[in-house]
Parts: sequence; structure tokens; C-alpha cells
Amino acid sequence: MNPTRTAETSPSTADAPVAATLLSRDRPTPPGPLAASLAFAWRALVRVRRNPQQLFDAVGFPVMTTLVFTYLFGGALAGSTREYLQHLLPGIVVLSVVMISMNTGVALNVDISKGVSDRFRSMSIWQPSVLVGSLLGDLVRYAVAATVTVLVGLALGFRPADGVRGVVVGIVLVVIFAFSLAWVWTALGLAAAKPEIVMNVSGLAVFPLLFLSNIFVGPDTMPGWLETAVGLNPVTRAVTAVRHAMAGTLTAGDLTAYAVACAALVLVFGAITGVLYNRRRHT
Amino acid sequence: MGPSADLAIETRHLTKTFGTTRAVDGVDLAVETGTVFGFLGPNGAGKTTTIRILSTLTRPDSGTAEVFGLDVVRRAEAVRARISLTGQYASVDEDLTGRENLILLGRLRGHPWPRARARADELLAAFDLAEAAGRSVKTYSGGMRRRLDIAASVIVPPDLLFLDEPTTGLDPASRNQVWDVVRALVEAGTTVLLTTQYLHEADVLANRMAVIDQGRVIAQGTPAELKSSVGSATFQVRLRDAEQRAEAERLIGSVLSAAAHPGGDPATLTVSVTDPDRASRALAELSAAGIPVADFSLGQPSLDEVFLALTGHRAEDDRTAQEEVA
Repeated sequence: MNPTRTAETSPSTADAPVAATLLSRDRPTPPGPLAASLAFAWRALVRVRRNPQQLFDAVGFPVMTTLVFTYLFGGALAGSTREYLQHLLPGIVVLSVVMISMNTGVALNVDISKGVSDRFRSMSIWQPSVLVGSLLGDLVRYAVAATVTVLVGLALGFRPADGVRGVVVGIVLVVIFAFSLAWVWTALGLAAAKPEIVMNVSGLAVFPLLFLSNIFVGPDTMPGWLETAVGLNPVTRAVTAVRHAMAGTLTAGDLTAYAVACAALVLVFGAITGVLYNRRRHT
Repeated sequence: MGPSADLAIETRHLTKTFGTTRAVDGVDLAVETGTVFGFLGPNGAGKTTTIRILSTLTRPDSGTAEVFGLDVVRRAEAVRARISLTGQYASVDEDLTGRENLILLGRLRGHPWPRARARADELLAAFDLAEAAGRSVKTYSGGMRRRLDIAASVIVPPDLLFLDEPTTGLDPASRNQVWDVVRALVEAGTTVLLTTQYLHEADVLANRMAVIDQGRVIAQGTPAELKSSVGSATFQVRLRDAEQRAEAERLIGSVLSAAAHPGGDPATLTVSVTDPDRASRALAELSAAGIPVADFSLGQPSLDEVFLALTGHRAEDDRTAQEEVA
């Protein structure tokens, strides 16, 4: 468009530069599911780059928790702060990605209420790619948060027995777990009317999930019924797998319990998300 | 299909109810390919819901809607491949830059990354957004957002473009830019369905239009047909000498056999005419009688008056709308 044009433009003119772009007869075939999902993953990463403090906010809480539990309670819980840190840190890595994964539900709720989601929905693309793509983009956030938490732990004196290999396996397990858990938040993000509701409900849900787990203390000190509940918590299974991976003591039993928890989360909450997403699409 | 092949849009008895509100109440529309169709009505009349049904976002409760002969419910995927939607609220991602938005949507239309980037730059230049390309859309003015929105809709020029209130809230210069883009689109072969609250906008852009009120189409036709169906033309003269108005009033009254009304300006007279020929005779009589005329006009009633006549109430915010486009 010509910026010098004024309001007195004669009604018969069509915009010449714009008209030229409309002559494009380039008609590509619509993207497949993978290409569309990757485009949405790219969008998610661009948003993280635009808003990096969101990542540091999310890492801030786990770091504080590590410091408080290690230096305040560590001596009492494990005899020495250094010893307690070896037990606590893998759990804190899980805690940090659980906290970050909550953001997925809030972001989705905000996203679907915006005009841009109408545009996506009116396009010839595999519709779940909007969800799958942003979850794929989130994998990078989870990996960054897990890595930062491990680095903070190393600085404080965390010395994983299985070295680099154990840490890498642990981080991979954490990222897959966060991806599985994210479906809980997407279901919530679609069910709730407003982002504030998503934030409040997920905030309430996350505390029992984190504290009724083996992140801070071993469940064998708890009453029997509580020990059972803690054992069923998917977070407990993820923490056990990550802890044992980093210590080099990962067993097939740990991995199976972990895989069952992840699969159950994806199947149950993925299905609920799908139903809610379709319902939302047609109103 | 069949006889409707040359129609871009055809709906029959389309209805959609939200709770107890019949948002769309038996709408029948026919929009010919290659034309601009104006959908005129006040807020809440059902314009946006109709667009949402036609663009596959909402399912109708009953009735049928076809886009290029394709049912919007059963052939939604095929419909989506031929349309673009520019919603009432900016349908772009506010957290991304203008360029990132166009690249993303280019990818989603199926362009490979390099072509998506090239096409984004091409459109940013053409839509006068090159300087703002790297800024997040949050910082854009209303006019810039609209232009980006429309640019996003033409990454692959669609066969049918929905523009939901494309100029609401824009200043006159931005509004004219949007109008120019609509004209360019039609020249390039795109059919445009636009909704508007501005009567003048439908009059300027649309080949045909429908007036919608409370979910029902209350009139459909060309802007001229709608105006002539409502009333006769209006003949107005302004005399050079206000002293002669009484004499002119008598003379015009006898020639046109209708009462001439004095206007607010002491030198003007307004009279309804059914036959424009007789208006020119009246001018000749005035000249012969030595009454000089400063200027005169013969026009059809405004669409504002059309709306009042059709619905019995004025179009919402019609005064501000008229002033904004004046």
C-alpha cells in the first residue's frame, strides 16, 4: 500500500502492490499432520524465545524448594544436608517440570479464546496438530528446566552415581513424563471457562500430586493407607525411575511402573482432551 | 450441487439457537461467484454466527449451507481448502511478530519454509507493513492489525473470503485501504462476503446485499433495488436567493403534484418524486420563472432510511456509523 494515499482516494482504485500479490497462482497442497504439528511446535518455541522469563519463573520455585529442604530439613531428614541432596534432587527435577507443564493448560485456554484459533480451525489442516504441536514445543521447555535444575544441584554438591549417562537418561524420563502429564492440564484447559480457573484448579491439584509423593521423604515412614496412595501417584513412579536412573540402579520393575503411569495419563487424559476439543470446536 | 455450481454460497433455512436465543433464524442466501456480498445488520443480528457456520466453525441446528456446492458440515475439509476467514477480532497471534504470523500461516497452507518466508516478505511489503515486520503484533495499531489479518488471509488467494466487520473501529484512511484491498481481491477473482454495520460500506463495495435483523434476512437485493423498494427518490434544490423560496415552493408543487418541504437551510426545498423526468421539468420551470438555482440533487434514500423502513427501528449506532464514513 502506498502510505501517502489520503482518505480522498477515488472509489475505483484497487491497490496496485496488493493486487500484484493476489496474482499468485501458487496452490500448495495442505500440510500433513507432522508438518502442521511441527509448524505449531515452531510457534511455541518462538513464544518461549519472546518470553524467556517465563522459563526462569518456573525454575525459580524448584531452586527455592531445593535450598529450603536441603539446608533447613536435610540434616533432620537424612542426617546431613549433603546426603539429603543426593536423595532430593532427582525429585526436584520432576517437581520443576510438573510445575512448568501446568502452564500448558493455561496457555491452551487463552489460545482457544482468541481469534487466531478460529483461523486455525477454518484451515485445511489436521486439527489435533494445534495441540500436539504446542506439546512438542513444550518438550524443549521441559528439557531446559530439567537441565537447569540439575546444574543448580551440581553446584550445591549433587553427585549422581551414574554420572553423565544417568543424568541424560533421567532427563529423558522426566521430559516424557511431563509430556504425559501435560494431557491432564490440556483437558483442564479445555474444560474451564477462563484461564484464572485453570490456574486455580491446577494449583490446587498440583500440591497433593507433589507432596503425596516420594519427592521429599520415603513413603515407608507413612501410615499404610497413605503409603498406598503415594505408591499409586504417577509422580512417585516418575521420581523413583529418575532417581534410580541417576544413581545407576534403574530396574525393569521401575521402568514398567513408570511406563504404565505415563501410558495411563496419555490414554485417559488424551481421550478426555480429544472429546472436549471436538465439543469445543462445534459450538 | 447441480444448478448451484455458479454460486459461491447457498443456504436454505439455516438456523442456529444458543440457549433460548435464535441467533440465526431461517436464513436463505445466494451469493454468486466473483461478487462482493454485503451482510448488513446491527450488533447481535446474526451476521457473525452465519459466517461461523459458513466457515465450518459452528454447526447449524437445521437447514443446509453450501460453499461452492460443498456442504459445510459433511464436506468441511474440502470447504476449508477454498476459504479464508478474517474474524471480527484480529485472527493473528498477538505474541508473534507480523512476519512470524505470516510464516506460520504460510506453513499451515502448505508452503515449504523458504517459500513461506518469501511470501511473508512479499505480503508485508505490499500491505505496507515492512517496517513493522519484526515487531510483535501487540504493538500494532488497529489499521495495521487489519491489514496483517487480511494479508494472512491471502497467503494463498482464497476462492471465498469472509471479512467480518473489516473496518469497524478504523480511521477513514485505514478504512479506504481495506476497501482498496477488497476491490483488488474481487478483480483477482475472489468472492467476498463481508459483514458491516456501516450502510455506506455495503453501498460502496457490495454487488448484492442482505439486511439481517434478529437472525432473519429481512431484505435481499442490489443496494439500488433495496433503496427503490423502500421509497421514491428525493429531489432537493437550493436557491440562490432565499427570498424566492415561497414562490419556488408553489411552482415545484404544481409541476410535481407533490408538496415541497422547506429544508433547514432557508434556501432549500425537498420533495419526493416518483418520476425523475418531472424533476428536470421543475428545474426548467424555475429557470423560466427567473428563480436561479444554486445547486440541486436527485438521489435515492440512504440505506439508513432503508433500514429504518424495513425494521421499524434504526440501525444500532447508525449515527456514529454514518459520521465515520461520511
